[in-house]
Amino acid sequence: MERKLVVSSSPHFKSPEDIQSIMVDVLVALFPVALMAVFLFGYHALITMVIAILAAMATEAVILRKGFFGDGSAAVTGLLLAMCLPPDASWWLVVVGSAVSIGIGKHLFGGIGNNTFNPALVGRAVLLVSWAGHMAGDIWGRPEPFNFTVDLTTQATPLETYDASLLDLFIGTVPGSLGETSALALIIGAIFLFYRGHIDWRIPGSFIGVVFILGLFDGGFTMGLYHVLAGGVMLGALYMATDMVTSPVTPTGKLIFGAGCAAVTMAIRFWGGYPEGVTYGILLMNGLTPFIDSLTIPKKFGEVKQ
Amino acid sequence: MSERTFVGGIHPSYFKEATAGMAITPARPPSRVVIPLQQHIGAPCEAVVQEGDEVKVGQKIGEPKGFVSAPIHSSVSGKVTKIAPFYHPLGNPVESVIIESDGQDTPDESIKPNKALEELTPDEIKEIAKEAGLVGLGGATFPTHVKLAPPPEFKIDTLIINGAECEPFLTADHRIMLERAEDMVYGTMAFMKALGAERGIIGIEDNKPDAIESVQKAVAEVGGGYNLEVQSLHTKYPQGAEKMLIKATTGREVPPGALPMAVNVVNQNVGTAVAMTEAIKLGKPLYERVVTVTGPGIKEPANLMVRNGTLVEDVIEQCGGMTDDARKVVLGGPLMGLAQPTTEVPCIKGTSGILILTEEFVEEFPIDPCIKCGKCVDNCPMNLLPNTIGSAGEIENIDMAEKYGAMDCFECGCCTYICPANRPLVQWIKLAKGEIAARRKK
Repeated sequence: MERKLVVSSSPHFKSPEDIQSIMVDVLVALFPVALMAVFLFGYHALITMVIAILAAMATEAVILRKGFFGDGSAAVTGLLLAMCLPPDASWWLVVVGSAVSIGIGKHLFGGIGNNTFNPALVGRAVLLVSWAGHMAGDIWGRPEPFNFTVDLTTQATPLETYDASLLDLFIGTVPGSLGETSALALIIGAIFLFYRGHIDWRIPGSFIGVVFILGLFDGGFTMGLYHVLAGGVMLGALYMATDMVTSPVTPTGKLIFGAGCAAVTMAIRFWGGYPEGVTYGILLMNGLTPFIDSLTIPKKFGEVKQ
Repeated sequence: MSERTFVGGIHPSYFKEATAGMAITPARPPSRVVIPLQQHIGAPCEAVVQEGDEVKVGQKIGEPKGFVSAPIHSSVSGKVTKIAPFYHPLGNPVESVIIESDGQDTPDESIKPNKALEELTPDEIKEIAKEAGLVGLGGATFPTHVKLAPPPEFKIDTLIINGAECEPFLTADHRIMLERAEDMVYGTMAFMKALGAERGIIGIEDNKPDAIESVQKAVAEVGGGYNLEVQSLHTKYPQGAEKMLIKATTGREVPPGALPMAVNVVNQNVGTAVAMTEAIKLGKPLYERVVTVTGPGIKEPANLMVRNGTLVEDVIEQCGGMTDDARKVVLGGPLMGLAQPTTEVPCIKGTSGILILTEEFVEEFPIDPCIKCGKCVDNCPMNLLPNTIGSAGEIENIDMAEKYGAMDCFECGCCTYICPANRPLVQWIKLAKGEIAARRKK
């Protein structure tokens, strides 16, 4: 029998990892965060997350006409968007946010891999400027662990009051977006992503480090930690700024990118019109990513720096 | 876990269990061999026999035409039936000497032992290596005598023996280190003497602890008078790549575009060291080598001593043949080996393995857009930007590929292996390199 042999250029062997498996890993990493959100904010959080994910996947399915789950990236975008929404956001706000994230943030730029800005943050930014009352009002759902009822009492966020305890900020028992409050849950998920090789220490390291250093000027060590733990810094540094598509690929570039995100965030916190600046900090640095990459080409193996 | 390594690289599944425990056995003597006159980097040989001539085992049949070249010897005794172009593992047909074996294996008169190493001068060692047709058996097949004679402005202080065997599936070097450790150490000493190197390092990946032990024992027994060191290296592909091995063992970095001698080092493979010993002690030229026959598509995997010019199909047949789902035949390892369109191709000096891959290894995946995950950048042992160079190659932007260092890529394939978007990065880089090389020739 004449056997037809396949001929191709090496390598003849590929790692089993693909885009879908990475996206599944991100979803797995976000699971503790989602669980914590439900624990803190009750079933509002669950509904918000489900609506965001379904709306994002539906938008992508309409645009691509290729399966509902696809490569899983739409589900990740939807869930990340939900993470930075108020826990009791109206359903239409969530749907619009997801549709904008996927439609404008991602596919208007050419789809996966080609978007300049983090799609979830594009969605959030649009909601923030369009429905400020619903998004960045003075009142947020106060977390009431194990209270799975419909009603949430409301209260101002730690970045307005500056009086939350560091322990509450770390555990997440403070008002805020549904996925941003618990540093603990965010760190658990990030350790998983780090272990799986999907995030690098450089972006979160420089982001959080610079926020801490700049926070020192706001009242010493405690305020440094406060700025790191309050608001969206942990969520932004660990999950948003590390978005592969919209962050630099070079090691030095990653450090610069993280530091830039932190600088803009803190500038907005200190002097800006919003209490929180993580969204705009990351979006601004997303826009600079191609330039950062081209300015930080690594030294080749064996090359001596001139 | 050993700390000695380089930055970057990948940790693929190694699949070495199938053959790591199997002793080297002689392959069935071939009834016919096809010996290409080009088996090394450099100028091809010219046939010094004619159709109809009787030849003996070890008789020189190809004479080098240039300095960077190595003679080629018959691997059987018998009659030259034809000298004509034949399929070659590198692709294009090459002028080959086809010999029908008489089954006698009559050795050539030229095969006789040389003086002992202590009595040999460096120049004599180089001459023996040259006459025996030694080339680098790791796969690159660079003529050994050329490596042993660097230009005088380069002082070689360290010889490194490559026992990393970082390619998955292959176990030929592993078996050599277990079974021929003393010969390997003797050959290493010969290389050191030829080069005047004060120091010899044998680098072995730490997934082969038995080989490390075996070589350490051999060094203690026969390595007297030589400064020899066995180093355990972190198991990571491509640990056996020349520049990565030098970095791991000595900490030195070979500059882009330069050869190891630029950092006073010469590398040799374990198989080459054994061949050196055989050339000195027995006068035996390089006409056979250890080949790992393996992969999910072969019925009876083995480490075989295969004569030069044996057809791959003969070797596959004596290993029980291919399974029904075998789809690809690769000469070498899965990351840098060459896929063959036919099994009617001869094993040559550089053939370290015959790898038969099945359906699941040939599955084609759609190429997705780059998601800029940077995994190729993190894993590139040369610290290049494979995403950028690959994409430049894809759109045939040759200037950009060159600017980003395409020519420094040695095609290890880590980028393509790791790419979650299934982008054939190293393949695009190879295309760009071909274009750049063609342009530079003009």
